[in-house]
Amino acid sequence: MTYIQKPKIDLPGREKNAIGLTLRDYEGGLSTLCAGCGHDSITAAIVQAFYELAIPPENVIKLSGIGCSSKTPAYFVQGAHGFNSVHGRMPSVATGALAGNRSLVCIGVSGDGDSLSIGFGQFGHVVRRNLNMLYIIENNGVYGLTKGQFSASADPGSKAKKGEVNVMQSIDPVATAIALGGSFVARGFSGDRDQLVPLIKAGIRHEGCAILDVISPCVTFNDHEGSTKSYAYTRKNYHPAVYTDFVPPAEEIKVKYGEGEAISVTLHDGSKIRLRKADNDYDPSERSAVMHYLEAQRAKGEVVTGLLFIDEDLPEMHAISRTERAPLARRSFADLSPGAAALARLQKGMR
Amino acid sequence: MSATQSRVNDFVLKIGTVNGTGSASANGLLMKALFRMGIPVTGKNLFPSNIQGLPTWYEVRANKDGYISRSGRVDVMVAMNAQTYKQDLAEVSSGGFLIYDSTWPRETTLRRDDITVLGVPLARMANEHFKVARVRILMKNVAYVGVLAALLDIDLDIIRQLLKETFADKPKLVDSNLEAIMLGYDYAMKQFTCPLPVRAEKMGDNAGKVMMEGNAAAALGAVYAGATVGAWYPITPSTSVMDAFKSYCDMFRTDRESGERRYCIIQAEDELAAAGIVLGANWTGARAFTPTSGPGISLMSEFIGFAYYAEIPAVFMDIQRVGPSTGMPTRTQQCDLMLAAFASHGDTRHPMLFPCDPKECFELSVKAFDLAERLQTPVFFMSDLDIGMNDWMIDELQWDDQYQPDRGKVLTAEQLEGIDKFHRYLDRDGDGIPWRTLPGEHPKGAYFVRGSGHNRYGAYTEDAQEYQDVLDRLLLKWETAKQLVPGPVVRHAGKRSEHAIVAFGSSHGAVIEALDTLATGGIHADYMRLRAFPFNDDVEAFLDAHDTIFVVEQNRDAQMRSLLMLETGVAAEKLVPVLHYNGLPIPSDCVVDALRSHIRKEAAA
Repeated sequence: MTYIQKPKIDLPGREKNAIGLTLRDYEGGLSTLCAGCGHDSITAAIVQAFYELAIPPENVIKLSGIGCSSKTPAYFVQGAHGFNSVHGRMPSVATGALAGNRSLVCIGVSGDGDSLSIGFGQFGHVVRRNLNMLYIIENNGVYGLTKGQFSASADPGSKAKKGEVNVMQSIDPVATAIALGGSFVARGFSGDRDQLVPLIKAGIRHEGCAILDVISPCVTFNDHEGSTKSYAYTRKNYHPAVYTDFVPPAEEIKVKYGEGEAISVTLHDGSKIRLRKADNDYDPSERSAVMHYLEAQRAKGEVVTGLLFIDEDLPEMHAISRTERAPLARRSFADLSPGAAALARLQKGMR
Repeated sequence: MSATQSRVNDFVLKIGTVNGTGSASANGLLMKALFRMGIPVTGKNLFPSNIQGLPTWYEVRANKDGYISRSGRVDVMVAMNAQTYKQDLAEVSSGGFLIYDSTWPRETTLRRDDITVLGVPLARMANEHFKVARVRILMKNVAYVGVLAALLDIDLDIIRQLLKETFADKPKLVDSNLEAIMLGYDYAMKQFTCPLPVRAEKMGDNAGKVMMEGNAAAALGAVYAGATVGAWYPITPSTSVMDAFKSYCDMFRTDRESGERRYCIIQAEDELAAAGIVLGANWTGARAFTPTSGPGISLMSEFIGFAYYAEIPAVFMDIQRVGPSTGMPTRTQQCDLMLAAFASHGDTRHPMLFPCDPKECFELSVKAFDLAERLQTPVFFMSDLDIGMNDWMIDELQWDDQYQPDRGKVLTAEQLEGIDKFHRYLDRDGDGIPWRTLPGEHPKGAYFVRGSGHNRYGAYTEDAQEYQDVLDRLLLKWETAKQLVPGPVVRHAGKRSEHAIVAFGSSHGAVIEALDTLATGGIHADYMRLRAFPFNDDVEAFLDAHDTIFVVEQNRDAQMRSLLMLETGVAAEKLVPVLHYNGLPIPSDCVVDALRSHIRKEAAA
């Protein structure tokens, strides 16, 4: 994870958020990714979202696996605790971290290789466990660090830089996450920050596992003619199904919507997500309809984006395991060890 | 029929049944009855990797002198399984007894003149007295408890009392079980000369002792150590660790009113994830562990190396079973030493603890958490199937209410407030152990955990010097570990002795018995029981002080011997391997025979 320290200059008059921090306080080291990499745009959107939500940086844990995408936690929220784990295993570390301290705000950044190949199992199971985290997949259809092999998300028929055609089926993290019973499944595009920032905010505030697949073109290995993960292809086939507005708990919804135009979902912390439909019949709470819609658009080669599925009622990991509210890691020892008298009593039954 | 020596409170009872027929509770009842008569007793399961319908054996050794290892003999065999009758018959020691279900005739070609065969129509009696098919099968097994009570002179009042305690909530079951027992008891009293020369006799009440499995004790240790997160993937023979942890947590850490739990158990998708969960939880400051067995350690190796290099505390409980590969999941070995000691790629080395019985499982389980946090590294708790899943009689576990966990070097929010800048991998104290911080504690505590090259400040590096600096400091930490791990337990022969034995873990019982047997034959040996890796100065001193050292272990490749050679530089020719690796717990004969034959050869040379 290479990074270069970014010089921090406090400019007078810079705006501060609710806890007195500036946007710069949510930045990280300088990116060493290729110029124009989609991942850097996502990083900028993450910085924006955390700043706007005014989350204390030390309460944030940012985790990743291995790959270009997994380098990015070094580039945002410098005051957060980072964990650059091993390839494809970020979800298990996140699971343990939140098992130990459920009060932390958890963001995991992964890629299509990290999540859909080597870490496909962990990806599936963290969705199933409904761990309370935002899980971003920076999806470019290609292995960058090893110089251009197809990844599992490469579409059949798409071309590699040197002309090789991918003949295998692609794994779509969105369809997969919905099929696995995910509670929050969204797709964005690194080139559309206006859409991405509210998706990230909603994903952070959603109580459960928020899967956010972001098409993030690789300018070096997968941005050419014939690629289906290029800037040009994504822009041309870009198809928002819903527009998402994120409204924090204290704020009122000011915009008026017409009947049936928008759906409002209240999250556990009281914030609201307003989902404005681009397609009239789209209902992000109907799993079978969503699957049907996604499949129909996929056949047309469209890149469907937005908060595509949400079920705020699915219990997250701790609700399932009935863990107490206070972080386990902070429990005093006296509350945990039963003591000598209890041990003696217990052993009466072992005679 | 041959003459039988009188064997009072010194016999082995072996019961062959079909698994899934409730024989486990019948066998448990027998063993506990002997225990309550004050006789030192152990019970060993020899079971198939199967749910129902295959042969399974339970071996109870009652020994007035307190020897607990497998002895190799069988004085009384209960052969309930027609499938294995031939094998069971052959296994009875000369002068012994075999009891079988005479409802069906046995092959007349199978006979032995040097033992006594006693037929009891167990199935017929159970069928006549009980209506439901499933109950008949269960009660047939309970009935042999009655037969044995008569033959071995086991106190019926104790059996009655045990039944009352076992079925406190279901008094009806007390009656039906007792009825079955009396069927067997009365039949035996009428048909045979009771008791046999092989029999039990009350010798006290075993006050201060309990019967326990090592896995339950290890789990109890985790509870008492304050572990809150347990992650696992089910694997024999470690599963009962998590089962026990769950039940003790439910008992001690569940709010009775709200149902809220002060613990979090996660059944992971595989062992890789279980290891990741343990690392994540320890990173946030929760004590977390995973119970597993060899195949699990293989899978976890990736994260083990990560934890070593990124310096994250973690407790791995390896309940060893027979390898390589899937091996024999329901048989025991001490075969993962090399695997655990150096798990993962690159230069890695990990502390290991070797409990020798359930009592030490409890104590060293607690110790494992303290060491992991003090050393900020993965610690391996190396138990095995024999300790973990068998019934051991041990001294009652003790707990010191003054105990405080050693959380190691963790900077508090106040400490962080007072320092200028926090550097994760800086060795401030010269012991190779840096200070760490916990997420959520303080803005100054933030740093990046990474498995990639890093310098002493915690920053990414590809600089040759900076990389090596950290790797060398980890070696210094290893030296510190030597001072912190439990030292060996040395037992001197009391006489001048050229010979010595080194053993560890579940081989201990066999060695203790062997030492006494050898001493009666004039062979005296000092004995060092290892309790941990790395080896401290005491281990080296013991090796230096002896010329011939027998290293007793339950694997083919003499793994502990190799570790001793690697780490201490002891001369290879001094270390004589004594190996037992067929999957059964090591009997004392194995040690006795190895020493005798070596010493005989030495004398001849």
